[in-house]
Amino acid sequence: MLSAVYAILFYLAAVVFSVGLVYRIRLYAKTPAPLKIPTTPAPVTQAGVVARMAKEVVFFDSLFKSNKWTWLFGWVFHVSLLLVLLRHLRYFTEPVWSWVVLVQPFGLYAGFAMLGGLAALWGRRLVVERIRYISAPSDHLMLLLLIGIASSGLLMKFVAHTDIISLKAFVLGLIRFDWQPLPADPLLLTHLGLVLVLMFIFPFSKLLHAPGVFFSPTRNQVDNAREKRHLAPWAAALDTNRQEGKADG
Amino acid sequence: MADYKVPCIDKPLDIPALARGSMAHSAPFPAAPEHQQALGFPGELVDDWHDKAIDKFAELLGKSRALQVYMDSCVKCGACTDKCQYFLGSGDPKNMPVARQDLMRKVYRRHFTWAGKIVPWLVDAEDLTEEVLDDWYSYFHQCSQCRRCSVFCPYGIDTAEISMAAREIMDHIGKGQKYCNEILGKVHKIGNNLGLPEKALANTLEDLEEDIEEETGLEVKLPLNVKGADILLVTPSADFFAEPHVDGLIGYAKVFHQAGVSWTISSYASEAANFAMFIGSYEQMKLVAARIRKAAEDLGVKRIIFGECGHAWRVAYAFLNTLAGPFDFLDPDYPVPQHICELTWDLIEKGALTLDKSANDHMTLTFHDSCNVARATRMGEEPGGQFEIPRAIIKACCNNFVDMDADTIRESTFCCGGGGGLLTDDLMETRINGASPRMQALKEVVDDHGVTHMAAICAICKSQFAKIMPIYGFEMDSIVSVHQLVSNAIILDGQTSGQTSEAE
Ligand code: SF4
Ligand code: SF4
Repeated sequence: MLSAVYAILFYLAAVVFSVGLVYRIRLYAKTPAPLKIPTTPAPVTQAGVVARMAKEVVFFDSLFKSNKWTWLFGWVFHVSLLLVLLRHLRYFTEPVWSWVVLVQPFGLYAGFAMLGGLAALWGRRLVVERIRYISAPSDHLMLLLLIGIASSGLLMKFVAHTDIISLKAFVLGLIRFDWQPLPADPLLLTHLGLVLVLMFIFPFSKLLHAPGVFFSPTRNQVDNAREKRHLAPWAAALDTNRQEGKADG
Repeated sequence: MADYKVPCIDKPLDIPALARGSMAHSAPFPAAPEHQQALGFPGELVDDWHDKAIDKFAELLGKSRALQVYMDSCVKCGACTDKCQYFLGSGDPKNMPVARQDLMRKVYRRHFTWAGKIVPWLVDAEDLTEEVLDDWYSYFHQCSQCRRCSVFCPYGIDTAEISMAAREIMDHIGKGQKYCNEILGKVHKIGNNLGLPEKALANTLEDLEEDIEEETGLEVKLPLNVKGADILLVTPSADFFAEPHVDGLIGYAKVFHQAGVSWTISSYASEAANFAMFIGSYEQMKLVAARIRKAAEDLGVKRIIFGECGHAWRVAYAFLNTLAGPFDFLDPDYPVPQHICELTWDLIEKGALTLDKSANDHMTLTFHDSCNVARATRMGEEPGGQFEIPRAIIKACCNNFVDMDADTIRESTFCCGGGGGLLTDDLMETRINGASPRMQALKEVVDDHGVTHMAAICAICKSQFAKIMPIYGFEMDSIVSVHQLVSNAIILDGQTSGQTSEAE
């Protein structure tokens, strides 16, 4: 029964997560940027933009310029999260890919770094008056959710081991549409439950910053306004009016 | 002026403690019905303003990727909270860029997101109530659209885009700002922000020619409406009479004269500034830009060059091609448009100008990077040319130059405090607040390096500083135009008198 509920929820969450995200990304991609607004100095070539974006996404360049503490906590959290996620691939693959095996030891300790980063970010949100001022309840809850996921995971790994063999069977069963029982370990159920929540809210929350950053015109536009005429479709329609002489009301 | 609290600039500006609501009372004069209607906006607040505003909001979300992405992407990291000069000067938390955005974002959440519709209290969603609208009117007119916040945001969220959208929505429900909308009306009717008609303009230019002749003994022309000239100069109308702007205009004229190029000013497009950007109206911006295209076509020029003006250079450099292009009827060997600094620097590099640096020896200079030039445009071929070229010109004309603190110049420069449609006396308190970080950085180099003057390449910066600097204890004339320095230093061929321009 429990296994079935979780299984169904995971399918649902996967659908909501991916459909929601695809919908959002399509919306961003389809919405035109009427004007050239790169924050300058900006790259003058497309390759330059790719480099700028890479620096932004990999090193959080702008955040580094802005505030070293926020950068440190935020960057540590995101990098650790990445390692932890990669480590988790071992539960989805059989046989486990060899590079995932290599990541394993880093991924394990990254869990602590992730928790530390999150705790520091939350501390900052609570202590610094300016940041407390701009925080909605959801901003605190989002951090709590992630802290919950990280700590339940760490507890399972280092304190109260869960039946990882059965868990893997359950996960592979989900992928292969051949359902297997899920171990009824409260820690595991909490961990998975919180992950489900995260997947459900992802496309409707500020977590949209993940796709959003790639669509930010101030970062992804080439600084070539004089060389190349930039024109959004709706703005081009105004041009046609001009040429037909029925412009301006 | 005495009733405003002027921020202290004797010590480095600390991040202020939050002073909630301390600037809530600041709001610009509303536009009169006739100024609204002249631009096609309703004369006064319409009855169904709420629904109209939400409709317009939806329309803008569909038209602007920046607005859509920025409404969704903020993670409330707080990195921008201490970056805005209006917050640093006032401590009002709603002047923190993210909080300013949130005035709009909370309405976005309420109307355009599931979370905001179902659990508004959880995500700080709020309907567009009268109080919220008042906050919009107040705080979106305490943003100079300077883009400083966007440099430091991990997602590049540009509060300027959000302020523009908010003002556009307010205009469409009849809640416009007097200063911007009245000026736009003048541009449509007369051709420039000041409402200076052709006759007066011609007289002014003649007077200036006489002044230059007196100084140099040479007939340096400031041509108006000359058909077939090579270059159309589009410059902010303040250049025609305000100090220190006009000294810059004299500088351009001398440079053109020495370079031996034919040029002209147009009375039809006698304004570089495009205030439609401030109110976020693409349509208005396009109409104003079209005047420049038409002037270029009518006069049959080959190139367009812009004078010293920050927001104007943004619209010119980044938007003109979009708004009024393609400019395939102009000489393809030159970028369209060019900045006067690009022209002057080119000539200096080629050795075509004789410059006597000692003519500026009575000054020790620093340079204020104007926000829109710094963060929204470029000069020359290389990224960052907008910082290097003006400095290179100053250094070619002056012996004494010192930069201000690195955190306050180049891409991190502060707004002068008067940009983005705030250069009006009804927003004086906001202007004083916004100027404080720049005044503090200036004070530092004045005290430590004996700086006497600050140069700028923006009409708004110059007007703002001329007015605000005395309030902070500086001389009114310690703000100078970059081309004023050129004008002082340049030695024209056949010039009779020496460097007398400084005689007082
Ligand atoms: S004034 Fe400049 S820094 Fe402040 S919110 Fe507006 S764009 Fe951002
Ligand atoms: S820096 Fe950007 S993401 Fe962070 S709070 Fe400011 S606007 Fe939001």
